[in-house]
Amino acid sequence: MGVGIEVTNLNAWYGTNHTLQDINLNIPANHATALIGPSGCGKSTFVRCLNRMHETNPIARVTGTVRIGDLDIYEGAKPVEIRRRVGMVFQRPNPFPTMSIYDNVAAGLKLNGYSNRRVLDEIVEKSLKNSALWDEVKDDLKKKSGASLSGGQQQRLCIARALAVDPEVLLMDEPASALDPVSTSKIEDLIFQLKTQYTIVIVTHNMQQAARVAEKTGFFLNGRMVEFDSTHKIFTNPSDKRTEDYITGRFG
Amino acid sequence: MRTMTDHAATGLAVLSTLLVVAPLVAIFVYLIYKGASSLNLAFFTELPKPEGEAGGGMANGIVGSGVLLGVASCIGIPIGIGGGIFLAEFGRGTKLANAIRFTADVLNGVPSIVMGVAAYALIVKPQNHIIPFSGHFSAFSGGVALGIMMIPTVCRTTEEMLLMVPHAVREAALALGVPNWRSVLSITVKTASPGIITGCMLAFARVAGETAPLIFTALGNQFWSASLDRPIAALPLQIYIYALSPYDDLHRLAWGGALVLIVLIVFAVSLVRYVASRGVLKGAS
Amino acid sequence: MTRIRFQQSLDDLKENLLVMAGLAEQAIQRAIEAYRVRDLSICDLVSRSEIAINRLERDIDQAALDLLAMEQPMAVDLRFVLSVIKINADLERVGDAAKSISDRVRNMDQMAVADLPVDIPRMAALATDMVRRCLQSFIEADAEMARTVLTMDDAVDAMNRAAYKALTKVMAEQGHIAPQALNALMICRSLERVADHATNIAEDVIFWVQGADVRHHKVAGGGRDPQAAR
Repeated sequence: MGVGIEVTNLNAWYGTNHTLQDINLNIPANHATALIGPSGCGKSTFVRCLNRMHETNPIARVTGTVRIGDLDIYEGAKPVEIRRRVGMVFQRPNPFPTMSIYDNVAAGLKLNGYSNRRVLDEIVEKSLKNSALWDEVKDDLKKKSGASLSGGQQQRLCIARALAVDPEVLLMDEPASALDPVSTSKIEDLIFQLKTQYTIVIVTHNMQQAARVAEKTGFFLNGRMVEFDSTHKIFTNPSDKRTEDYITGRFG
Repeated sequence: MRTMTDHAATGLAVLSTLLVVAPLVAIFVYLIYKGASSLNLAFFTELPKPEGEAGGGMANGIVGSGVLLGVASCIGIPIGIGGGIFLAEFGRGTKLANAIRFTADVLNGVPSIVMGVAAYALIVKPQNHIIPFSGHFSAFSGGVALGIMMIPTVCRTTEEMLLMVPHAVREAALALGVPNWRSVLSITVKTASPGIITGCMLAFARVAGETAPLIFTALGNQFWSASLDRPIAALPLQIYIYALSPYDDLHRLAWGGALVLIVLIVFAVSLVRYVASRGVLKGAS
Repeated sequence: MTRIRFQQSLDDLKENLLVMAGLAEQAIQRAIEAYRVRDLSICDLVSRSEIAINRLERDIDQAALDLLAMEQPMAVDLRFVLSVIKINADLERVGDAAKSISDRVRNMDQMAVADLPVDIPRMAALATDMVRRCLQSFIEADAEMARTVLTMDDAVDAMNRAAYKALTKVMAEQGHIAPQALNALMICRSLERVADHATNIAEDVIFWVQGADVRHHKVAGGGRDPQAAR
């Protein structure tokens, strides 16, 4: 089951660049929340602060609090532990190129020491079913390499890989931007099903996509969060003029 | 006018290629001519006969080269790969990494005979009991000299290949909650392994033909020996010694040895190319 | 500014709707004039206007559909296009009401002029004032002006109910002028419909400008029949 995320006074820097300023928001559990905004507004940085991937960059720095469930992820745990509870899917599908489909999905478990074959088999099957890829690959699990699938399939493979470690939160950074419309639709349908089990945060450039999948939407601009409200409100009658200007394409 | 320039340029390119390939072909043809006659079963199984006698072979040289290259690989490959991993993954940007890289580059340029002299000074000469097999000429000291020569190539190639692994792959591993060291070993290194193997083979092929470092270390041996503690025969070394001797028989053996050596190197390089052709990122779209 | 073509399309849509609105307003005024002076040639003008209005309705709906499909308008732009589609329909009905009135006038042409206890010109003035006001609020995107239109509907409804009572009494008691009374009743009905359409248009303007859905609310002092005119 998913958990809510509470962000308080989050500030982030890349070196001297103050990328995120005073972000405060509550992401509801078992919902999909979309983050929109023009390029460079900080939404990707924000999402990477939620699983402490931001700090893999040596010049990165973070202040403020992020609570996932009741855990303060910056004070209460190590990054490696957090990332097992908060999964991430990236913009460009990135399956491990030297591994088979099976090994890709099981990677998160195998590399953390799990080795029980039967358990792994079950988890791989369940994850692939959850990411709507099982039927397409079930005969080639160990024969085909992860990188030999099509773009849309690769992305679903990455989703399966992220789900296999049983996270509570799933972060998706523009997951469909490199995919064709049919694959995009499949991914969006998937998000609809997944949000009953996980809390999903999806960064997207595509406003129609945000409107289609997310209950709540946050609009980021220049490192600040300008407006955070129900998706319906944001896209039919936003409160802030800047939000409206962005949504109607008058800038950005 | 443009087609004429085109033809001229093409002609120049072809000519240059021929000029480059010609010496290699010439050497090969000459070696075959001179050395093929001495290649028989005896060559690969017998020891060289005492001076003056006909027949014999360089079996001990082939075995000896094997032993030396084995020792060299055991030293050069682990240290080189370890250094490469450090440079690419853990030490990026640090002063230590820069120092290591600089040292490797310098080491690469050190003449091989100087490497032999260094091994002599460190292992062959000292009469203490700290360094293994010290105090006398030994296969071990020859292996060490060759091993150190392998390090820069293996190290730099490993670093290059690791850097070529896309950042996205590392991020994927980190985002799964895999600790950094595990991600490096199980994912990054594995992805770059064809390239790393290529680097090792390149270094191997290079030191396989080295003679100078062995002169003061392995020394060479007329008899069977595979022991690390004693001088050992080596193919290039024997070629050198026989070539300088006054006996035709030994000259004949030297030619044969040279041919075998170059065939082995061609074989090793071909293996390298075959492995490399499978790509750093197998099956990546 | 980005999306220049899109902005142009929005402006064109508004422009065309206003042309249609002008025709509809004119049709009503002509129909009332035809009633006042019993001039059949004016009825012909009304018929022609109504045909032009219908054609414009199709064109505007098509343009709006294209805008939705091609430009994916959001927020205020989306509300605008939606409002245009709805106002479009209401204006077409206003045109129909004008034609209805002019048909009644034609019908009454052969009849004697009867003295009826209804003040049709006053009711017409109120209805046309509502139409003019709601169109003005659309032109200026003025939600407050639109709200004033909502309050005027009650007066027209009251007049319509009074007319119904008076005219049914006339039809029962003075059978010789029953046809005239019936026509007058139908004209009042048409005017009441025009007022309802003007109210709808005002509600659509409020929705566009403020994003508030104020339909089917109860105005103080009376009810607005949700079944009427929709």
